[in-house]
Amino acid sequence: MIQLPKHLLGLEGMNVHEITRILDTARSFREILDRPMKKVPTLRGRTIVNAFFEPSTRTRVSFELAQKRLSADVVNISSSGSSLSKGETLRDTVANLEAMRMDMIIVRHGMSGVPYMLAEHTNAAVINAGDGAHEHPTQGLLDLYTMRERLGDLAGRHVTILGDVAHSRVARSNIHGLRALGAHVTVCGPRTMMPKQIEDLGVTVEYDLRRAVQNADVINVLRIQFERHGTSNFPGAREYARLFAINNEVLETTRPGCFVMHPGPMNRGVEISAEVADGPRQVILQQVTNGVAVRMAVCYLFAAGAQGEADADVSATSAAVSAATM
Amino acid sequence: MQFEVEEFPTEYVLTGGLLVDPATRQEASGEIHVRDGRMVQVVFQGTCSAGDDVPRIDVAGQAILPGLIDVHVHFREPGHEYKEDIGSGSQAAVAGGFTTVVMMPNTEPAIDSGSIVETVLKRGRTIGLCNVHCAGALTSGRGGERLAEYYDMKNAGALALTDDGSPVVNAALMRRALEHAGMLGLVTVAHSEEKALSANGHMHEGYWSTQLGVPGIPAACEEIGVARDLLLAKETGAPLHIAHVSTRGAVDLILLAKQQWGVDVTAEAAPHHLELTDRELVGYSADFKMNPPLRGEADRQALQQAVIDGTLDMIATDHAPHAPMEKELELERAPVGVIGLETAFAVCHTALVVGKGLALVDLATRMSLAPAQRFGLEGGRLAEGQMADLAIIDLEQRWRVRPAHLKSKSRNNPFLNRILRGRVTGTICAGRRVHAATSSRETSADLVG
Repeated sequence: MIQLPKHLLGLEGMNVHEITRILDTARSFREILDRPMKKVPTLRGRTIVNAFFEPSTRTRVSFELAQKRLSADVVNISSSGSSLSKGETLRDTVANLEAMRMDMIIVRHGMSGVPYMLAEHTNAAVINAGDGAHEHPTQGLLDLYTMRERLGDLAGRHVTILGDVAHSRVARSNIHGLRALGAHVTVCGPRTMMPKQIEDLGVTVEYDLRRAVQNADVINVLRIQFERHGTSNFPGAREYARLFAINNEVLETTRPGCFVMHPGPMNRGVEISAEVADGPRQVILQQVTNGVAVRMAVCYLFAAGAQGEADADVSATSAAVSAATM
Repeated sequence: MQFEVEEFPTEYVLTGGLLVDPATRQEASGEIHVRDGRMVQVVFQGTCSAGDDVPRIDVAGQAILPGLIDVHVHFREPGHEYKEDIGSGSQAAVAGGFTTVVMMPNTEPAIDSGSIVETVLKRGRTIGLCNVHCAGALTSGRGGERLAEYYDMKNAGALALTDDGSPVVNAALMRRALEHAGMLGLVTVAHSEEKALSANGHMHEGYWSTQLGVPGIPAACEEIGVARDLLLAKETGAPLHIAHVSTRGAVDLILLAKQQWGVDVTAEAAPHHLELTDRELVGYSADFKMNPPLRGEADRQALQQAVIDGTLDMIATDHAPHAPMEKELELERAPVGVIGLETAFAVCHTALVVGKGLALVDLATRMSLAPAQRFGLEGGRLAEGQMADLAIIDLEQRWRVRPAHLKSKSRNNPFLNRILRGRVTGTICAGRRVHAATSSRETSADLVG
């Protein structure tokens, strides 16, 4: 039985067994998403708050759907500003949530480290739904899930992460997760978007797109956000597309089985061409579907931990799922 | 507000202690005869000639150093008294063995005129725990746009000039500031930083900023600022003091300026930069957030070496209190600065004397004589005729830094709950005992090993 940490703050520091347990649990849940009756009573009576301090549609909906499929009671807090804008410290915010007896807090915040601060001050399980440029562990897990679905064991596989690595929490969670599972990771993107000493995370840095993808089994394309980070880091979308966009011409130089992922939302014509985004070699919508299953697994496994219950193992999870859907 | 100073004789002999005198580089057991606030006799390896009617105070097992001098503290008064005021700051100072401090002028309003200098100095005297001095602002309101009135502030008692907390962005203005200050015989204290490179940063740029996903401040940000200010000091011939040096490159530049360019420059290092690195930011606690930020291990090693060899002349705490509610914010939103008066000696003693074999007399120099000489202060000497400003220290005592025991109003000390070696057990300012270690019960609960 693999013990999981109390909180899911990041994939950094998690080992192959912990990650595999979450992914295997997600597989049990993935099946029920294709059934006509998609709801199970697994988390009935549990209360989960989705605290989104930064705008998000995709991740918030994915979490909420996952929680509803598990019959949890769900509360949403959305605030584009920080807690400070209301004159309240983050610690006070979490104390209030604590006082309302939440079992689990899903937190998204524009600043790195906020989930760590919350975890220090609450008994609820804290799930990081993206913090600044730090981590987005459930995105990392759903990416791993999708890769495993296509490739099986990821040990020895080659994954290229492409784009604005410096500002990307998706990149960091992917790197830590992939390294834990034994994959080779190459990061590629403009020098101005490559953070210092990224190679010390155990990745290869490559500034030439074709060299970066030539051995890849998977290309994970990150969203470029010129609107957020301005153009002081880069001349602009046109220059970017000419150097780093994934289009059919680039895909033709890759291995035959190589496929393309993207965490969304896509900038068609910037980091990914429309023909690739709609083409046969991408799994972008499968990622979205798998995301719900992965988040069901995360809510299930970490809510159980927070309640101090004996962790159910994977077969028990399957049994719960089967029993519930009968 | 007047602080009660414990009943203490006006004349006494300190006996049984280890006397450490940076001025003569002596370190030996001996006695100090104190009368009416001054040392009237200092005897190494012997006894004072005072008669039996003079009370003896036995400090056996303790070292006696000249009262420590910190040329870089933020006491937040006027304007931000909820973080610290001159009273609580003075208490923190004497608890750390400091008898003289120099307040930075980034108060609200800024200390940028003679009348504010007078007000602040008068408050320090009224509280009367230690010698409170201040630096005046380089530019009016610290706005970086026009020079403040240096002569006015000098006459009121300002010791130096600085816009500490922010650099003077305009190099031409910095040049004029150095020239005007130099003409008046005042040292300019530079907070050297190229703001364009630190604009969005919250920690040192390196492996840990990458791993933690926190925008970084590159070492070059400080080094460009240091290079600029050294070149302007060279150009003008004015005396310059570089505050809170944090990078290896800045140390190299200062050495170059001292040895090759003949610049009249001194520099300081802060205890937190000497002992901690950017790795502490794991966990995102703003108690490790300051400007300049904690740097990498190579920088830390270079700073230690520079303090040992004297390239960095002195240690200064950059004691910067912030209320808990401010430090409990998101890392990127929390203000910069940490407090350090109460742990400075123990941190430096642990890191440099115990850790690196630095002679105790050299540490005493960096923490008293060197700042005294640079800023024209009395102190740094155990000698007849000197003010009896003394730090009494148990060098062997291992103690844990407890938040509840801090005298500062704030708790943003990066060494909380750490075990340090060497504890200030008593502080004497102008002959009066202004600090004695907490009650024996508290102390024993604190002691480690």
